[in-house]
This record gives sequence, C-alpha cells and structure tokens, in this order.
Amino acid sequence: MQTTPVSTGAKPVVEIPSVTIRFVGDSGDGMQLTGLEFTRATAIAGNDLQTFPDYPAEIRAPAGTLPGVSGFQIQFSSEPVYTPGDQPDVLVVMNPAALKTNLKDLTPGGTLIINTGAFNENNLVKAGYASNPLNDGTLAKYKRFDVDISKLTELALKDSGLNTKEVARAKNMFALGMMLWMYGRPTEPTMRYLKEKFGKAPDILAGNEKVLNAGYAYGETAELFGVAYQVKKAAIAPGTYRNITGNEATAWGILAATKLSGIPGFLGSYPITPASDILHELSKHRSFGFSTFQAEDEIAAMASAVGAAFGGTLAFTTTSGPGVALKQEAIGLAVMTELPVVIVNVQRGGPSTGLPTKTEQADLLQAIWGRNGEAPVPVIAASSPSDCFETIIEATRIAVTYMTPVFFLSDGAIANGQEPWKLPDVKELEPFPVKFRTDPNGFQVYARDPETMARAWVKPGTPGLEHRIGGLEKDKLTGGVSYDPDNHDTMVRTRAEKVARIAKDLPPVTVNGDASGDVLVVGWGSTHGAITQAVEKVRATGKKVSSVHLRHLNPLPSDLGDVLKRFKTVLVPEMNLGQLVKVLRTTYLVDAKSLTKVQGKPWKVSELQALILEHA
Amino acid sequence: MTIPPKTPTLAKLTKKDFQSDADPRWCPGCGDYSILAQVQTVLPELGIPKEKIVFVSGIGCSSRFPYYMNTYGFHTIHGRAPAIATGLKMTRPELSVWMVTGDGDALSIGGNHFIHLLRRNVDVKVLLFNNRIYGLTKGQYSPTSELSKKTKSTPFGSIDAPFNPLQLALGAGATFVARTIDVEPLHMRQVLTRAAQHKGTAFVEILQNCNVFNDGAYEHITEKSVKDNAQLRLEHGKPLVYGKGTKGIRLDGFSPKSVTLGENGASDKDLLVHDEKAATPLSFLLADLQPPHFPMPIGVFRATERAIHHELDQELEEKARAKGGGDLEKLLHSGDTWKVS
Repeated sequence: MQTTPVSTGAKPVVEIPSVTIRFVGDSGDGMQLTGLEFTRATAIAGNDLQTFPDYPAEIRAPAGTLPGVSGFQIQFSSEPVYTPGDQPDVLVVMNPAALKTNLKDLTPGGTLIINTGAFNENNLVKAGYASNPLNDGTLAKYKRFDVDISKLTELALKDSGLNTKEVARAKNMFALGMMLWMYGRPTEPTMRYLKEKFGKAPDILAGNEKVLNAGYAYGETAELFGVAYQVKKAAIAPGTYRNITGNEATAWGILAATKLSGIPGFLGSYPITPASDILHELSKHRSFGFSTFQAEDEIAAMASAVGAAFGGTLAFTTTSGPGVALKQEAIGLAVMTELPVVIVNVQRGGPSTGLPTKTEQADLLQAIWGRNGEAPVPVIAASSPSDCFETIIEATRIAVTYMTPVFFLSDGAIANGQEPWKLPDVKELEPFPVKFRTDPNGFQVYARDPETMARAWVKPGTPGLEHRIGGLEKDKLTGGVSYDPDNHDTMVRTRAEKVARIAKDLPPVTVNGDASGDVLVVGWGSTHGAITQAVEKVRATGKKVSSVHLRHLNPLPSDLGDVLKRFKTVLVPEMNLGQLVKVLRTTYLVDAKSLTKVQGKPWKVSELQALILEHA
Repeated sequence: MTIPPKTPTLAKLTKKDFQSDADPRWCPGCGDYSILAQVQTVLPELGIPKEKIVFVSGIGCSSRFPYYMNTYGFHTIHGRAPAIATGLKMTRPELSVWMVTGDGDALSIGGNHFIHLLRRNVDVKVLLFNNRIYGLTKGQYSPTSELSKKTKSTPFGSIDAPFNPLQLALGAGATFVARTIDVEPLHMRQVLTRAAQHKGTAFVEILQNCNVFNDGAYEHITEKSVKDNAQLRLEHGKPLVYGKGTKGIRLDGFSPKSVTLGENGASDKDLLVHDEKAATPLSFLLADLQPPHFPMPIGVFRATERAIHHELDQELEEKARAKGGGDLEKLLHSGDTWKVS
C-alpha cells in the first residue's frame, strides 16, 4: 500500500453551507488537539464557528474503555454560528468505545470515518461489543468510510526511527490531515504548531509532519472519498480575528481590566477544573504588573485576594462551584469590609464533586444568596467564550466603582469552547481609574459617596488614615465595631441598597426580535447561542417570539420588569432546575415558565425550538 | 568639600502613638493586656512609621488585638489571617505586617494556612497567644489543651493529644521560632524585638493565661516559687543553664538529660550550648523540653535565613519585565490571527 499516493488529479468539490464534525477517540488519542488544530485551520479559512470539547474527568481512563472516550465537536458555516451544533454530521471515530458512546448522536445518514485498525477483539470487548459493528449491519444507515488509520500511520513512519508508542501517538495527525483535505483547509497552521511544540525533538516533529501530509494526501488520492467539500467564507464584520476560549478571554479580560484600573492586579487561586486554565494563562503575564498566587486551598485563595484588596490592589480569584462553597465566608468578609474582589466561577456539574468536566449553570443562586447573613453581591455572567473579555472588565468596573465583591459566572461550555473573536481596539476600552483617599481631613472609614454609596478605598501606608476594619458589624460612619440594633438595621439596608443601586448604571435590556409579542425567552450565560438560534428559527415561521439574554443578574436591569410584561408568555431555559426563573418570579410576580435540562451538556437548538413552539 | 545635609529623622514615636481610641475589652486580669502593652512599647523602638504597620488577625480573644493598635488593622475571619496577610504582603511588600492569633485560630481552624505561611517564609511577624483553651466561645478544649483536660465540650476529659506549636512551626520550615510568657514583660520585649528584626516569617508563641476559662494553665512555670527551676532562658552561644545557674541540660546520645552542676562530675563544659542557627533537630529537641522532667525553654529557639517569599516573587516580576511584554495590544494579536475585510 502506498502511504503518500501520487496525486491523481483534483476531485470534485461540493459546496455546503455548514457542517458539524465530531472527533472521538480514546483520551490518549489526542482528540482535543486534533479538534483544536482543525478549528484553527477553519477559522483561518474564514468560516464562523463554535466548538465544544467533551472529555472525561479522569486524566487517562483505562485505554479503550467507554469512560476513556474524549470528543471535540465543531460547527462551522458560511452563516453566523451560535452553537457547536446539535448533532454531528460527520463522526471521526478512532476506536470501538468512541463509536459505541457517540453513534447515537450522529445525524441519520451522516458520515462515519472509522479507524478500522482499532477494531480488534480486545478493543471490541472493552467497548462491550458482542459482535463487530463493522460487520454486523449496525452502521448500515450511515455513509461510511473505513480507513485503517493505525496501519497507515505505521507505514508512513516505517523508517522514522520512532518507537511504537510514538508512532501510535501520531495517528491523530493522519485523521486531521484527511479532514483538512476533505474541507479544503490549509495544513500550514498545524505545521507551525508542530514546529513550536516539537522543535526540540526533530524526530517526532518530522514524524508528525509526515503523518499529517500522509493523511492529507490519502484524502486527495485514495479512491475512497469521491468528493471534497467547501464551506464558503462567512460574511463576517471586517476586522482582525482570532480564535479564543472562554478561559483565555477571561484571563486576558482580567489583564485588560487591570490596565484600565491603573493599579496592579493580583490573582489568588487554587487549581480546579474547569477554571485552572485562567490561573495558567495569567501566570505567564507577570510583565503586566499582575501577580498570581497558587494558594494552599480555595479559602486561602479568596482570603489572599481580600488581603490584596485591603492593600489597595485589584484582586481576583478564579474557581468553580465547589471552590465557591469554600470561599463564601471570605466573600462575606469582603461584603462587610466593602472591598472590591472579582470572583470568577466557571460553573461545572454539581452537587459536590459532581461532573467536573461537564457544563451546568446551577450556581446562580449560590452566587446571589449563598452566604450567611444579608450579604448582597453583584452577579454578572458571560454568554459566550469571547464575551468573557468584556464581561470580566464590566465585573471589575462594578467592583471598584461600588467597593464590593462581584461574581463573574462562566461555565464549562464557555470556558473550553472556542469561537472566532473580533479583536477590540485596545485604545477604545474605557478606563476606570481607581482613586485612593489620601486626605486625612474629615476622614470617616465608612462615609459614602452620595451617588455610588461606595466608601473610600484607603491604602495602608497612607499617613494619618490609620484605621481598623473587620468582619464585625461596623458603625455606619466611623467603621468602628458596633452592636447597636439600629445601626445594624441601617447597615444591612445600606449594603443592600448599594448593590441595588448598580441597576441605575446598567444599559436598558436589548430585546432580540419585536419589543412585544406572544413569547419572550429569557436566558443567561452559555445558553445564549442555542436560545438565539432557536428563537430565530421559530420567528422565521411567523411566530411572535423574542428573546432577552441577561448579562447582569444581580441587580437586574431596571427596565426588565416592563419588558417581561409586554409578552404573554415568558420562558426561561436553563441548565439547572430553574434558578433565574425563581428570581424573575419573585422579583416581578410574572408567571415565567421554567425549561430545564441538566445533563452536563448544552441545550440543543432543536430541543429549544420544539419547546418554544409548544408555547408560541 | 560639602557636608551632606543631616538626614531628616521622624519625630520619635511613643507608646501612646500606638494606642487606638478603642478601649480593650478583654476580661479584667487577662494576659492579653500585658502583651498589648509590650507590643506598644516595642513598636516605637523599631523606627517604622506607624502608617506602614498593619496588624492582621483571625477570630478569638487574641484577634481583637488590631482594634487596640493605632496602626492599620484588619480583624478577619477564623483561621484565615495567614492567607490574608500573605495576599497583603505579596502585593505591598514595603509594609510591616504583623499577625495576631490564638491556639484555636492558628492551630485548629487555620492550621493549613499557618503551616503554608511558614513554609513560604512570608515576611510576617506571627504572635500566637497560647492559653490552651477556647476563650471567646467560653471554654472548650483547644488543640494545645492537655490530654484528659475536662472542659465544657470534654466533660469526661479530652482524648486528643495536644500540638506542640513550636514543633509544628519547625516542621513547617519556620526560620524564626521563639517563645515567651505574658508575665515576663522584659523577656517578651526582647523576643518581640528579635522577631521584628527577623527577615522572613517570625513565629512567637506567647504563653498566656486565661484567668476565666483556664486560670493557672502556666502556674507551674510562672509562679515565683518554681520559675527558676521551671524556666530555661535560651541565649545564643551560651550553655543551657537554669535553676539560678545550678542546673543544666546535656545530651546523652540523642536524649537530653537534666544535671545538677557539680554533682556526679557534671560541669558547665558538658552542657549543651544553644545555637539558633543549628540544624532543625536541635531546636526541635529543645521544643520538646517541659516540666515536670525538664524546665521549659523560653527565648529564641531558631533564627536562620532562607529566601523570603516576597523577594522571590519580586524577582519573578523583574525577570518577566526584563524580557519585555506587558503590552495588551500585542497579546491580543499574538499567535494566529486573520483579517476580514
């Protein structure tokens, strides 16, 4: 068999508007890398896209088993893309376990590209197949391409000097090469990546390059694939773009917010899935005057941030739900001492350890109300990977303007999902320079700005302003310890009002679609894409359906109540058992209906479309 | 030749400058009053402007301390003062950060933060008031309470062996470890001064009497009639002598032995000589000594040097800045980007 066949001339190219591809294999098969590289090439080819990585919590579950299956899905199109796609049209399968766990998701009649080399007795048993699905008719209703990727990779690397393990590891490059050919994507971005990654190991670099080329050439020349596909460039607003994950956008947003505030930044954090990448990214950028601290635990991470804020530094902590549970007491201290700290919660499946690598949005009520006492905290949420950048800047602005801790909510889907991002003009970002009080004249620790109700931020080291603060109730003016009943009542109401007043500072609600009608779908967080697309599809059938996606969840925008009342039905889809819906019902006395899905997976457009239609 | 102008010096601060307008609210007779007075006496001697001093505390009787100091102060939450102090010191290394804690705050609820502060060698002065009881919650046993201790929560006696705070600190890599006593003001001032001068985490255990919930916890060490034989003052480079010079400690293999000088041929030449800079096992062994078989050593057990957390951290920043970077525009445009026109 030839591994690098001679080109037999170009194959016909069929144009399609969009496609969803899912790469699935063992967690050792490099599916995440394959997906990411395909994504880079796709973005550079000019399509709009969204991705959804889906991987097990175990670093490396036993090879070939069902729990060890790792997947990466991408939807790309010549039209705007809002989600990673409901169902894959193409499934690239590296082993039997991956076929077993993913086949049910493949569109009927969809395309299967199978690494037949992995379908040996041993792997079939591990996947729980009694008979070989390649031969027993299981796959009859799909368009199927059998490629012995394992063997083709071995042949390509026959004289490379690489050992068996290194050869096995390279087979994802074969699959990638084939797919890049099939959709007319360039190989150069991956070649660049390989040079960066394996520059110091020339044998491995050469091997991977060879296999990638072999896969590409195989697609081009093998008799197997009759056609290649083309997805035209999307009509995208002019500008410079890059791909970005939610975690990267959050980290860079934190750096941007630090610049805009004009003071040094600090992150106290403790490793936790799926938030750790923010810590990793920020740790690289010490030259921004931003320091990171990996604390001994979640509590210390938050406490160190409070300590930094007390010192006059812009402080952040990043975590996920279980970490928030541990941090809440220290967040309460920041509420009491009125110090700005931004708490990033990249939500994951719960309760307890739950589903660390899966997505969920069940921490909204924990963020709004999850502390002892009346301890109000503003809460805002990002709606897509790139939206994290702007939203974390907004969270920071609120924190320092109002001298309060602020929750920033992201989730697993946003954190690891990728989309193209039109780069903002850094000069256009609006600064919010922090001013510290230095004047001792008439200084009262808890005197407030009449508009924002914020107390003054004073840096230790400032002469004449020495003062003590702490978690005990404060005198409303001096900040001294006070057990006075009326003072406590005043302070509880003052803290509540300070947060409530932020609503005045928020832009009016944007309604997607008509300003009034039959159904309003209200969402928050990562459901943005699925809701937007589902509503658009239902509207296209002539129904009077609109949507609102909330960034600010506490306080809610001032005009939201009026907007809700202009629709006969309010639907609130969430990846929880109905949390925002409770807030809307209690706040506005509207009969909002809850749509819930808690599977650790995002809503599909088709699911929402069907549910909205029921009410429209 | 021009004569350089005289360096302007700050008006010398006094004890009074460090007294805040809040009245201490510890129980009458509490050992904390003496500690407050000694700290307020020592601080003016250090030459640090008071606005550069921050007292951070957790929760407990001892942790009310910052309210009574006319410096910057932060009364935080139970056990977390080390983490808060770490965040503060990392971001404001020019401040003199002091931490006041108790046996429950530091060794029980905050045990994890306490050991990590020490292992990192964060430049914070830690004063642990050890009264071997929970006072603020009105009398439950603490992690330093003796085995079998009867308290409100242990009516049949505690079954938990106590921590030795000094050994815990040494095990966590402490570079400065000392012990003093609330009723020995002069000694306390000497120890506090040494702690203030130390670069890195300075850990001082202060034996402190809670006259309400654990009165007399240290009587067997502090009472006038017994203290000469019950206390041993550690001095760097000097032999371990106590009992008004009549007794000493020598090593018998790895075991300390108490000897009476002049008896059985024991002379001061045989005695163990204190060395603050010796390897950890010596200070660990000294921390093990206590009545009834030995006197309780007080003073500086260990004072060594090791890289300081914020200095290492600053080095990282300097190195990073030397390499350039810090440009947001460049960062956003790094890696693969593409233009749409």
